[in-house]
Amino acid sequence: MEKFIKHTGSAVPLRRSNVDTDQIIPAVYLKRITKSGFEDGLFAAWRSDPAFELNQPQYKSATILVAGPDFGTGSSREHAVWALQNYGFKVVLSSRFADIFRGNSQKAGLLTVILPQDEIENIWKAIEAKPDTSITVDLESKTVTYGSTTLNFAIDDYTRWRLMEGLDDIGLTLTKIEQVSNFEEKRASFKPKTLPIR
Amino acid sequence: MKGQDVMGKTLAEKIWAEHVVSSTAGEPDLLYIDLHLIHEVTSPQAFDGLRLANRKVRRPDLTIATEDHNVPTLNIDKPISDPVSKLQVDTLRKNCAEFGVRIHSLGDVEQGIVHVVGPQLGITQPGMTIVCGDSHTSTHGAFGALAFGIGTSEVEHVLATQTLPLIRPKTMAINVEGTLKPGVTSKDIILAVIAKIGTGGGQGYILEYRGSAIRALSMEARMTICNMSIEAGARAGLIAPDQTTFNYVQGKPHAPSGADWDAAIAYWKTLVTDEDAKFDKEIYLNADELAPFVTWGTNPGQGLPLSASVPNPADIANPEDRGAAERALEYMDLKPGTPLKSIKVDTVFLGSCTNGRIEDLRSAAEVIKGKKIANSLRLLVVPGSARVRLQAESEGLDKVFLDAGAEWRSAGCSMCLGMNPDQLKPGERAASTSNRNFEGRQGKGGRTHLVSPLVAAATALKGTLSSPADL
Repeated sequence: MEKFIKHTGSAVPLRRSNVDTDQIIPAVYLKRITKSGFEDGLFAAWRSDPAFELNQPQYKSATILVAGPDFGTGSSREHAVWALQNYGFKVVLSSRFADIFRGNSQKAGLLTVILPQDEIENIWKAIEAKPDTSITVDLESKTVTYGSTTLNFAIDDYTRWRLMEGLDDIGLTLTKIEQVSNFEEKRASFKPKTLPIR
Repeated sequence: MKGQDVMGKTLAEKIWAEHVVSSTAGEPDLLYIDLHLIHEVTSPQAFDGLRLANRKVRRPDLTIATEDHNVPTLNIDKPISDPVSKLQVDTLRKNCAEFGVRIHSLGDVEQGIVHVVGPQLGITQPGMTIVCGDSHTSTHGAFGALAFGIGTSEVEHVLATQTLPLIRPKTMAINVEGTLKPGVTSKDIILAVIAKIGTGGGQGYILEYRGSAIRALSMEARMTICNMSIEAGARAGLIAPDQTTFNYVQGKPHAPSGADWDAAIAYWKTLVTDEDAKFDKEIYLNADELAPFVTWGTNPGQGLPLSASVPNPADIANPEDRGAAERALEYMDLKPGTPLKSIKVDTVFLGSCTNGRIEDLRSAAEVIKGKKIANSLRLLVVPGSARVRLQAESEGLDKVFLDAGAEWRSAGCSMCLGMNPDQLKPGERAASTSNRNFEGRQGKGGRTHLVSPLVAAATALKGTLSSPADL
């Protein structure tokens, strides 16, 4: 996973609530067996509409998505995160994220930042007034800065450390694998096994 | 800490505590996973990750795969015609062979939707931690298991270590007291819960469904409720195991037997929320007042009793909800004030991990028996697993559906998510027993009304959204 410390870029407003993972990437686009190439499926149903925000020339180079509340609801498909990353997004701002989507983004290195809805509204207005507004998201200082505004955001220390170091969870868990073995020795004998087939 | 031990624990907290491998302040708990279910869509990149790092599957004996999301429900004896779907399914088969994972492929009697297969094999049991790269893993919570959906990075993590680092969610009690009226089902309970707390209401919580109305439900009805916990934003939802649960598990292929059964029962009986335990939040619903429910919008929280009319967004105070309602009505092509019962549908879908079990098929067949579906629509019946299909055929349910003019298909996720050829056409309207009415979920431009199997059956006969009482 790539380290995330700080990112500066322009942003695109997505003034919709409850953007579920079927909107982020419809199921028919989930058939690839790689982690790349999903940008074509990103918001596929809306991309054919020239008025859709991502199609507007002023937002073409945006790397920060400013989304409405309850972003990423629905399915557990990590493809939603990959599609956003493949398209070029580094950060998503929203007042509320669905749990699984947020977990997936933190595993894959897409930074999801929670801000109050009125601040999201202010950012939407700022971008709409001036689409090349530069926004800096700093994970070290836990701040989002644009123009003269600086906003603090919360993120648990452990996730922040992992993202800033670009650490892979499996590697971290393998340092505790002896404890896993000890746990396994004490598991009850009645717990089911899938093998041998019965 | 002693102080914490004095207070009682909720069911979710008990199962969590039983599975903590290691706990360090300021870090997520490392949780042991008892069962990992796999399917073709969310696993290929995880197996690739293992190969790249030269890692093995730590516990193939706690892992099981089935083919469900992509598979056709017609001509399953022929090769899959969509080459991209075929590659994904072939990749799963290859990965399972390489890493020693048990797989139930298309044509196998145990093949089916992963959340139907686990319970019918008896590998879903009380007190377990169960994960799968699918958000409807919450289904298994009906057995008093802690079960939740995970992303592909987590699939890889579980394959490699049989654990997951997780921060413990808060707990919420959903208390449903009273008695359901005839024609009202567990699907109506969960749709009413989601309408009440919203699609984000359960975010950060594990839900526990409690109360006399829940206790009275069969295992399959309980699975329908837990299945849709994710639609309320909760990663997991569970129900304390009881005699209904034990009876369902007993005798299944992987159920404990002999002394193991006695030990299991003794343990399972401890899996209740202590009387002095405190939930972080409690919700109350009166089962006596519930009616058949149907969604009118494009998220599962946008639902109303079938007797109601399409709401007017102007009446919604919250600006986010109002905006969402306006967009939803435009997408659904519905006008405020239209009685829901006057809405004409083109397709009825009976199936999915929410309502594709034998009891669901039986209840729909009872409504349809001896009648014909409306000329204007198609009824697609897709059993949740090959076993469910066989069971239904042994009871003659296939004949009931076929005689009525329905299509009787093979098992899979099918039109619930339209990843295989079973899709709605643009503008087509469906009454569906599945779990999501998102824009385009069942096919680009398709419109979905979520309903119970009883409402699906009545709607198929009448052509408009209906309950059996309307026939």
